[in-house]
Amino acid sequence: MSLKTGLPLPAPPGSPEAKAETLGRAGVGIDSKQESYHRWRNVKNGLVQAVTCLCTLAVLLPLALVFNHVLKSGLSAVNLTFFTGLPKPVGEPGGGMANAIVGTFELLGLAALLGVPVGVCGGIFLAEYGSTKLNWWIRFAADVLNGVPSIIWGMVVYALVVVPRKGFSAWAGGIVLGMIIVPLIMRTSEEMLRLVPQGYREAALALGISQWRTLVQIVLRTALRGITTGILLALARVAGETAPLLFTAFGNRFWNHSLNDPIAALPLQIFSYAISPYEDWHRQAWAGALVLLVLVALVNVSVRLLTRERSNRGRLPL
Amino acid sequence: MKLASAEAPPLSGRKLPESHVGDQAFKGLTFGMALAVFGLVILVGYELANGSRLALHQFGWHFLTSTDWDPVQEQFGALPFIFGTLASSVIALFIAVPLSLGTAIFLSELAPLWVQQVLTFFIELLAAVPSVILGLWGIFVMVPWLREHPFPWLRQVFGFLPLFSGPIYGVSLLAGGIIIAIMIVPIITSVSREILRSVPGLEREAAFALGATRWEVTRVAVLSHAKRGLFGAVILGLGRALGETMAVTMVIGNRPEIAKSLFAPSYTLASAVANEFAEATTNLYLSALFELGLVLLGVTVLVNALARLLLKTVAEPAFQ
Amino acid sequence: MGVEGGESLMITIKQRWLGGAAIAFLALAGPTRLCAQMLINGAGATFPYPLYSKWFDEYARIDPSVRFNYQSIGSGGGQKQILAQTVDFGASDGPMSDANLASAPAKLLHIPTVAGAVVVTYNVPGLVGLKLDGPTLADIFLGNLTSWDDRRLGALNPGAKLPKMDIVVVHRSDGSGTTYIFTDYLSSVSQDWERKAGRNTSVKWPIGLGAKGNEGVAGQVKQMPGTVGYVELAYAHQNSLPTAAIKNADGNYVTPSVSSVTQALAAAKAGEDFRFSMNNDPGSKSYPIAGATWLLVYERQKDPVKGKKLVEFLNWALTEGQELAAPLDYAPLPQNLQARVLERVKAISY
Repeated sequence: MSLKTGLPLPAPPGSPEAKAETLGRAGVGIDSKQESYHRWRNVKNGLVQAVTCLCTLAVLLPLALVFNHVLKSGLSAVNLTFFTGLPKPVGEPGGGMANAIVGTFELLGLAALLGVPVGVCGGIFLAEYGSTKLNWWIRFAADVLNGVPSIIWGMVVYALVVVPRKGFSAWAGGIVLGMIIVPLIMRTSEEMLRLVPQGYREAALALGISQWRTLVQIVLRTALRGITTGILLALARVAGETAPLLFTAFGNRFWNHSLNDPIAALPLQIFSYAISPYEDWHRQAWAGALVLLVLVALVNVSVRLLTRERSNRGRLPL
Repeated sequence: MKLASAEAPPLSGRKLPESHVGDQAFKGLTFGMALAVFGLVILVGYELANGSRLALHQFGWHFLTSTDWDPVQEQFGALPFIFGTLASSVIALFIAVPLSLGTAIFLSELAPLWVQQVLTFFIELLAAVPSVILGLWGIFVMVPWLREHPFPWLRQVFGFLPLFSGPIYGVSLLAGGIIIAIMIVPIITSVSREILRSVPGLEREAAFALGATRWEVTRVAVLSHAKRGLFGAVILGLGRALGETMAVTMVIGNRPEIAKSLFAPSYTLASAVANEFAEATTNLYLSALFELGLVLLGVTVLVNALARLLLKTVAEPAFQ
Repeated sequence: MGVEGGESLMITIKQRWLGGAAIAFLALAGPTRLCAQMLINGAGATFPYPLYSKWFDEYARIDPSVRFNYQSIGSGGGQKQILAQTVDFGASDGPMSDANLASAPAKLLHIPTVAGAVVVTYNVPGLVGLKLDGPTLADIFLGNLTSWDDRRLGALNPGAKLPKMDIVVVHRSDGSGTTYIFTDYLSSVSQDWERKAGRNTSVKWPIGLGAKGNEGVAGQVKQMPGTVGYVELAYAHQNSLPTAAIKNADGNYVTPSVSSVTQALAAAKAGEDFRFSMNNDPGSKSYPIAGATWLLVYERQKDPVKGKKLVEFLNWALTEGQELAAPLDYAPLPQNLQARVLERVKAISY
């Protein structure tokens, strides 16, 4: 195409295109090389769209299959007793996972208690203070921690808490989950704090509000929603962890009455029922899996709903 | 207005003329909390090293090259587990990377906005499925199906290759790779999507203006910019793959031997620890397991560090 | 978000934080003080888990002031945790080795509770009733016998339809007392096995697939034709899996059952510390692959209140509790052994 006029350039004389044009003007319908090339480009485009669409479907297929199976197998065992009863010995109907469900919430509460202050404060430091170099190293360390397999956390806390205290406990379970979420919350908090416009800080400082109060009452409050969603996502992620709890929280067939005692948790109970030979326990394991999945899905849904307006669509340079 | 980039300097660095006690205290508090990550890294490394002392002393470097895992004779070697971990992760990457990249391209470039949001939600939901549930589904649904249909077909077509030879059990290195692939697809997809979206819109518009088709816009304007970030996303997926425990241990066969074919059972570092930690009766056995953990930690740290370095200069989104 | 009257805002925020902290504290601390129930923790073998869970449930009705929390993390785990004193009692199907026993911080007692059978289960289409003897079984697990239509199997099972199919061995991937009992038997009938793999809760298996837990093995065998594996009796019954009849020391082929295990238990020679093996016990109807399961308790209990409750439970389990064993496929202790064990329990001080 000519840049000056926007019209197609005339074909060089003697070339196949020129011949085709002549033929075309004479009413003979032979495609020029250009046209077939364009058509090939369109075909390629369509192919790629189809292939990537298939990729997406392939990616979603396991999710659909898993959900379907958990629903099918677990729904039959989900009833009121499941939510209110304690585990029963083998062969006796009517057992439930009430203590495991409550236990999971207790453990998440402990983890939040330990992990959220550390994570949020660390995120504040990364976003607001420090030097670029130091912060890079801290972020790097946090990312390294994010990559540590959860079973290793379990081993560490076993050696650190369970053995010296001579006992498994809810504290140990809370500590291990808390350790796992600290780097997660630190990174998401930092990102959320960075989204708060600089103007807010400057306005507050201009009004004479001290730095720490600016950060806590203005910046933190503005970013609170984003930080909360980060916390919820982190908790949803550790809610399903089994391996670290095996050697820390230990599991409990009864209600937990003291944080120094072992405590039941949903993934632990699911796992121990699943590897048993009893059909009734299998059904309960699938029911537990269903409850856990629904819990985690609910958190993710509410997080998405809360942050819908905040989605950044291709950050544009200004 | 500044871009929210990881390289941006801190936002509240300006000091007031008089430093209040409150300011100093708060800064100190947040500084201490931020240093906690260093503390945790040191803690993890120390506990594992401490636990491995016996085995390190007993076996030395031989631990990494020996294929002997014998609890009765108390001879321990990590090579089969290292092989299993790396092999299953590589297989997972082979399966997951094309699918993830294709999906990311579809979601960021080719799909309408509402489709994007709905599908992204579902893919992130897949990331939230706990490992143990996926493992249950794997052992009760996926493995029997694999044994009946795809595996025999694969052996029929590719059986002349040693990779596809041998008896078919269902639980195998390939099944382990597949289930890891399912687990890492969400993270590679979402990170890749963020990276593709962070390419400035101007680049795309310029390509469109020149008359390119959608695919050509993606290929020329977006992918060429995002190559490094996409590679980083893949390495991030690899880092996650190396540490997967519960789901893998249920479908990989748990045999401490270097698998000679994709259909043979295998064993990963994480699975070995999960299976045997609560059981290790002698101190040397327990120490050997701690050393497996140490090797695993070393490998995952290296891979994740590499991923982060690659992603360094790209606008980092708030992903887990 | 108006920042008006900074001072008043600060007070409300401070109040909010204090209120929240108080609620959190009460929420966590409150229920922990309300219940005065005692919790006694135990860990160990998966083998007796169904029976123990029944026992603890029954006992909670008899003595509501105490709760026994038992987690089946495996025999090795039970031994390790009681040595580390992170639990109040341990449970194991494999007796503790001398070395481990010596490393215990105080004298540790082995209290046998019941006995059970480790059965050989298989999945061979068309085959009804498999007979095996010790050396043949060992050869299968060593990898020396690889096909179902092997002559030796045919000789042991005249008239049976043995197809031409590869034998796929399934064993435990996690350490377990079931493995201990099984490998103990194989070591006693095959020197080759004793040399190559030995007896332990976790061994270097010459061939085969590893599955996690008794269920893993049962599940694998159930799903795949051509497999052979070992599980405890309860799991085979619950999953309707066929069990092989094994040739015992007297030369008879015995199918595993509560009565055949009881026979074996009656003939067992239990030493002073009760760490005995029951494999290949004499008796015409004894089942040869069986083992007792033990509770591991310290002779001197550190906590007097917990110790008293523990001893009371042990006395109940060794007397009334024994009646609950047979319906769940476990063999109760015979009279003479029971008397000796009760005597030993009297030695526990608290």
